Amino acid sequence: MGFMRNSARSLLLWEIVEGMALTFSYMFRKRVTVNYPYEKGPISPRFRGEHALRRYPNGEERCIACKLCEAICPAQAITIEAEPRDDGSRRTTRYDIDMTKCIYCGYCEEACPVDAIVEGPNFEFATETREELFYDKNRLLANGERWEREIAANIAADAPYR
Amino acid sequence: MPTLTIDGQEITVEANTTVLQACEELGVEIPRFCYHDRLSIAGNCRMCLVEMEKSPKPIASCAMPVGEGMVIHTNSPVAEKARKGAMEFLLINHPLDCPICDQGGECDLQDQAVAYGRGGSRFDEHKRAVKDKYLGPLIATTMTRCIHCTRCIRFATEIAGVEELGATYRGEETEIGTYIEAALTSELSGNLVDVCPVGALTNQAYAFSARPWELRKTESVDVHDAVGSNIRIDCRGAEVMRILPRLHEDINEEWLSDRSRYAVDGLALQRLDQPYVRVDGKLKPASWEAAFAAIRARLDGMGAARGERIAAIAGDMADVESMLALKELFTALGSANLDCRQDGAKIGGKHRGGYLFNSTIAGIEDADALLLVGCNPRWEATMINARIRKRWLAGGFPIGVIGGVAGAGDELTYNYDYLGDGPAALADIADGSHHFTATLAAAERPMIVLGSGALARDDGAALLDLARRIAQDTGMISADWNGFNVLHRAASRVGGLDLGFLPGESGRDVAGILDGAGKGEIDLVWLLGADEIEMAALGQAFVVYQGHHGDAGAHRADVILPGAAYTEKDATWVNTEGRAQIGRRAAFPPGDAREDWAILRAFSAVVEQPLPYDNLQQLRQHMVTEVPSAGAIDVIAAADMGDFGVAGKVGAEPFASPVDDYYLANAICRASAVMAECSRLYTGTGGAGQAAGTTSADG
Repeated sequence: MGFMRNSARSLLLWEIVEGMALTFSYMFRKRVTVNYPYEKGPISPRFRGEHALRRYPNGEERCIACKLCEAICPAQAITIEAEPRDDGSRRTTRYDIDMTKCIYCGYCEEACPVDAIVEGPNFEFATETREELFYDKNRLLANGERWEREIAANIAADAPYR
Repeated sequence: MPTLTIDGQEITVEANTTVLQACEELGVEIPRFCYHDRLSIAGNCRMCLVEMEKSPKPIASCAMPVGEGMVIHTNSPVAEKARKGAMEFLLINHPLDCPICDQGGECDLQDQAVAYGRGGSRFDEHKRAVKDKYLGPLIATTMTRCIHCTRCIRFATEIAGVEELGATYRGEETEIGTYIEAALTSELSGNLVDVCPVGALTNQAYAFSARPWELRKTESVDVHDAVGSNIRIDCRGAEVMRILPRLHEDINEEWLSDRSRYAVDGLALQRLDQPYVRVDGKLKPASWEAAFAAIRARLDGMGAARGERIAAIAGDMADVESMLALKELFTALGSANLDCRQDGAKIGGKHRGGYLFNSTIAGIEDADALLLVGCNPRWEATMINARIRKRWLAGGFPIGVIGGVAGAGDELTYNYDYLGDGPAALADIADGSHHFTATLAAAERPMIVLGSGALARDDGAALLDLARRIAQDTGMISADWNGFNVLHRAASRVGGLDLGFLPGESGRDVAGILDGAGKGEIDLVWLLGADEIEMAALGQAFVVYQGHHGDAGAHRADVILPGAAYTEKDATWVNTEGRAQIGRRAAFPPGDAREDWAILRAFSAVVEQPLPYDNLQQLRQHMVTEVPSAGAIDVIAAADMGDFGVAGKVGAEPFASPVDDYYLANAICRASAVMAECSRLYTGTGGAGQAAGTTSADG
C-alpha cells in the first residue's frame, strides 16, 4: 500500500505541486522585499552609519578638540590636532577619520560631550578608491551640513532614552 | 614621639608632624587640594577632613598636629560624608568644562571628584564667572576654574620669592590675581602651573595642543644651565610638546626654571636637518659623504704640521660622550688645541675640587653663612637660587654678595649684604680686614660661591686663588664639609673639565685658538655646538660646525654637520656639583641629523683614524675607564682640593653679570618664540640689566 502511495506521489510530482502552492500563496501575502535603491527599509534613530561633524545653528562648529573620541576609539581611526583659534577658543586644526579602520561601534558619539561627532543615517558612501575613505575635517563638516536635519531628528528621537 | 591610631593601625611619628603626614607615612591616602608638602599649610580647601574620636566635628588633617593617643578614622561614614560635602561645595562654582580644559586628564579635582565626590549635582543656581587675569606670556589663566586653594600665592611668596600674587575680596567673591595687572616677574613662574590642582593656571605655550594620555614620557636631564635639573620630556610622535620637572630631592626638588620648561618650541625651529657645505660663499645642502669629503680635503692639504693647524671648541650643551669622541679624534689627528671653556674661564686641572660646587645643592641647607662672588644665581642657576632662598627663610643665614648683581638692591630673592662690586672687597675678606671675614670665620659651615663670570676674567686664576685662600682661612674646608664652590652656567663644563677637554702640551686655549685663527696659524676649527665665541675672530679659518641649531656657529661655518639636541640623544652630562646624570632620548633628531658621537665616529673612519667604539655601549664602557666620574651616575664623590688658582694681582674693574639675557642664553632659547617674547617683556632689548629682578617687591 505504501508502495502504491509513494509511486503515485512520484508520478504526479506531488511535492512540486505542494511547493508551487506555497509559492503561489505568497502572492497574496504582504511583500517583504524592497526595490533597493529606489526603495529603502526603515532604520533606527540609533543607526550608526557614516560620520559627520555637526555645527551649532549659528554656524559655529561644535567640536572643541577635547580628544575624547580619539581616546576612546578602539580602532584608533581618529586623529586630531588642536590649537587655540584666533579668538582663543579650543578648536581642531585637523580631524581625520580613517573610515577603513572604523568599526562603527559608535563610541565616538557616546564620548562626545557636545554632540559634535555623530554617526548619521547614511550608509551609502562606498567609493572606488581606498583614499577616498580617509575623511578629513572638511568632508566631515560637509557631511554634517548635508545630514543635519536627519541627525537632529534622530538625536531628538533618542533623547528620552538617554 | 606621639603614638596615634589611624584606621586601626598604630604609628609613632615625630612630634610636629600633622595627621595628614602621619597618614601618608602609613600609606593611607587623604584627598587634598590646598596642602602641598613644600608649601606652608593653609587648611582652606577642607578636602582632607577626617574623623577624630572625641572630637565633635571632623578635623582638617593637614593642619592638625598629631597628639598622643589620637584615634583617626579616614574612611568612616563621618569622614566620607564630610569629604562629599567639601567636594560638593568646591564644585558649586567650578565650571563643568573639562572637555576644553588643558588640565583634563591630569586634574586633581577631576580625579578626586570621581573618587570622593557624589555622582551628580544638586546645584541649580547660577555659577559664578571670574574675569581671566594676565600673569605674563607663560601662564594661561581661566580664573572661573579656581578653587582658591592659594597654592599659587604660597608658591610665589615662599619659593619664588615674589610677593605679587594675592587674593582680593572674600567668600564667593574671592579672586586670585596680581592686584595691578602685570606679568609675574619670577623665573620660576612655570611651577605655578604644576602646583595648581585645577585648570585655572595652565601652560600657555602648550595650550590645547595635546592631552596627557597621548604623550610619551621620557625621563631625562636639563642642559639649559649647569644645575642638571631632572626633567620629564613629553612627546607626541616626534614632537616635544612640553617639559616638566621630575622629582630629585638633591637637585631641583620638584621645581623647574622657566627657561628649561618653556624653551621647548625652540627645539622644532631653526634646526639643522642636513649637512651643508659652503660653496662660493653660500651654504649648499650636501650629503654626509660630501660634507666629510670637504673636511678631509681640507685636512689633507695641511701636510705634516696638521696637528698644530687644527683646533676644536666644545659648546655649552655638549655631552660627555661626544666631547670624549671629539677629543680622541683630535688626539688621533695629532692636535692638542682643545678647549671646552667657551667663556675662557681660568679653571680646570687635576684638582677636581677647584671647579665643582663642592657643598652640593642640598648641602646649602646645612650651611650657615654664604658669600657670593661675581655671580647672580637667580639667572645663572635658578634652582640653586631657590635653594639658597629656602635656607635663608629658615633663618640664621648671613649672605654677602660681591658684584654680579646691580647693587645693594633686591635683585635676588633674599636679603643680602652688598659688600662691594669688585675684587677689592674679595681681597679685603681674604686678608681679614673686612667685617664679613669674621662672619665667615664664626660660622660652622660657611660657603663661598665663585661665579663663572668672575673666572672668565683676565684675573680669573688670581680670583680663584683668592677664593681658595678665603675658604681655607675661614675654615670652610673640613672633614665633613667643603664650602668652596664654583657655580657654572654651562651643562657641558664640568664634564669637559673631568675628561680633560683642555689644551694639551703646547696646545692653545679658546683665546689662543681665536688668535691663531685670526692670524692664519689655525686652518680648521671644529665647533661642537659652540655658538658663544666671537665668530668674527675666526678669520679665514675653515670652520666645521657640528650642532643642532642654525645659530652663530652655523652662520659662520664652512661645513655644517647636523647633530642632536639634548632631547634627541642618550648621553651623559655632569652638573656643577660633579654629579653625572644620563639624559634619555625622547625623539629622533630631525631629517639627516645624527647623534653627535656617531658623527665623530663616522668621520674618524673617513680620515682613517677609526675611534675604538661602534656603538653607544662600547663608547660608554670606554668613557667609564677614561673618565670614571662620568660613569658614577647620580653619585657625588668628595673632590680632592689642592693649591688650585694662581696667586697674582687682581684687577680693579667690577664684576659684571655674565648673563646678558636669561631668556636668550643658548641656541635653543634663541630659536624659541616664547623665550623671545619673555626677553622682550622682562629684559627689554636684551641688555645687561635684568629688569625683571629689580621690579620685585620682595626683599
